[in-house]
Amino acid sequence: MKRTRLYEFHKNSGAKIIEFFGWEMPVEYKGVIDEHIAVRTRAGLFDVSHMGEIMIQGQDALAFVQHLTPNDAARLAPGQVQYTALTTPEGTFVDDMLVYCMGPEKYFLVVNASNVDKDYAWIVDHKKGFAVETENQSDAYSQLALQGPQALAVLQPLTELDLAGMKSFHFAFGKVAGIDTLVSRTGYTGEDGFEIYTLAPNPGVIWEAILEAGSPHDVLPIGLGARDTLRLESKLMLYGNDISDKTTVLEADLKWICKFQKGGFLGKTVLERQLAEGLTRKIAGFELMDKGIPRPHYPVFVEGRKVSDVCSGTFAPFLKKSIGLAYLPIGATALGTEIEIGIRDKKARAKVIPTPFYKREKN
Amino acid sequence: MYPNDFRYTKEHEWIKVEGDEAVVGVTDFAQKQLGDIIYVELPEVGKVLEVHQAVGVIESVKSVSDVYSPVAGEVIAVNEELNKTADLVNKDPHGKGWIVRLRIKDKAAVDALMTVSDYEKYLEGLEA
Repeated sequence: MKRTRLYEFHKNSGAKIIEFFGWEMPVEYKGVIDEHIAVRTRAGLFDVSHMGEIMIQGQDALAFVQHLTPNDAARLAPGQVQYTALTTPEGTFVDDMLVYCMGPEKYFLVVNASNVDKDYAWIVDHKKGFAVETENQSDAYSQLALQGPQALAVLQPLTELDLAGMKSFHFAFGKVAGIDTLVSRTGYTGEDGFEIYTLAPNPGVIWEAILEAGSPHDVLPIGLGARDTLRLESKLMLYGNDISDKTTVLEADLKWICKFQKGGFLGKTVLERQLAEGLTRKIAGFELMDKGIPRPHYPVFVEGRKVSDVCSGTFAPFLKKSIGLAYLPIGATALGTEIEIGIRDKKARAKVIPTPFYKREKN
Repeated sequence: MYPNDFRYTKEHEWIKVEGDEAVVGVTDFAQKQLGDIIYVELPEVGKVLEVHQAVGVIESVKSVSDVYSPVAGEVIAVNEELNKTADLVNKDPHGKGWIVRLRIKDKAAVDALMTVSDYEKYLEGLEA
């Protein structure tokens, strides 16, 4: 079992620790609901050091990233970040990820903890013919995320970076609590916030400084339990649940990351054909009308017939209702379509609703 | 912390005898494990249960858990409050968070369950 450099801080805070893809991680401290509400109304601090970081450098770095991903990395200036995916030749997902442009020959990929080794092996397997060096830097990096409407107010006193001047999906290098970091205005909660990467051996200094600076705002440490409920309310994808190597980028309702004009990329032909022919299924958001909590793998019924299984589902703490995502036959994806979710021996009524389920007010 | 006049099961239910009846709930340890409780599925009044039969289901944000009847009996009342405020099980698991009231036939079956000190020892073993 691996532990992040912040493990002792979690233990000392009384966190409930669980196993997560080979890591011992905090699933909750005060409680999923309290933590979720803290992020939506104040701010919360996450240890996400288990995520992966892969560096791609060299003359062909951009061409290589373009080949591997559907989004257009050529639009990125240094200091910009883009949500994208590693796609298979079938147009399905190896993973979803962020690409940070550090220079015309330097791209920093941030990938899911569950897929680090797989993603790196995929990248290495595909680099033939590209003048690039690749490096899996995941073990060297620690990563914290501070998310919520108060995140900027809490973090600004700890850094010389001009956070208000940092646009969404941009990043800069600077110090936080005296430690060298990369700070990006990104996150996985649907709130404003910052992700903080450091190679320093003592990220605990940053962790403690943020919690201390945040204490007048009642900033809480947040575990993986609330991380999941937050991202689901905001309809952010989770690999393994919502996207996989069995779902295409279009079926996953991520057409916006497919920039077909940018040139060739793995899976382009299949995706273009799927776009032309039309989808037969697509991921849709639903809410329960009966009491219950839809959970991953529960069966989904349309007109009495089982069509798929729930991908993600939970009781949404901020919205105070049960929500979920599932792939539905394209005809059943219209808003208002009534479906049923099998919960133990009953069928709970649900209906297709717009997503994201929650969207923060823009300031 | 754990009431002296309750008996306890390995699955973290408690049972309190009141004459021919008994009240059943889950322990503080259980509610901590479950996390924030959203729904409690209660049985029908009149349901006849065997020992260890599922008497209800507790849905928390992150898990689903069956509640097992510590003894055989018939459900004569359920805690309707839980339909409105399921987190009473978190807030007051040994009191207002009770789940069902049973009519029981065999009081000896209750005496065979863990006493409070047995249960506290059992918990120490789990947390080790």
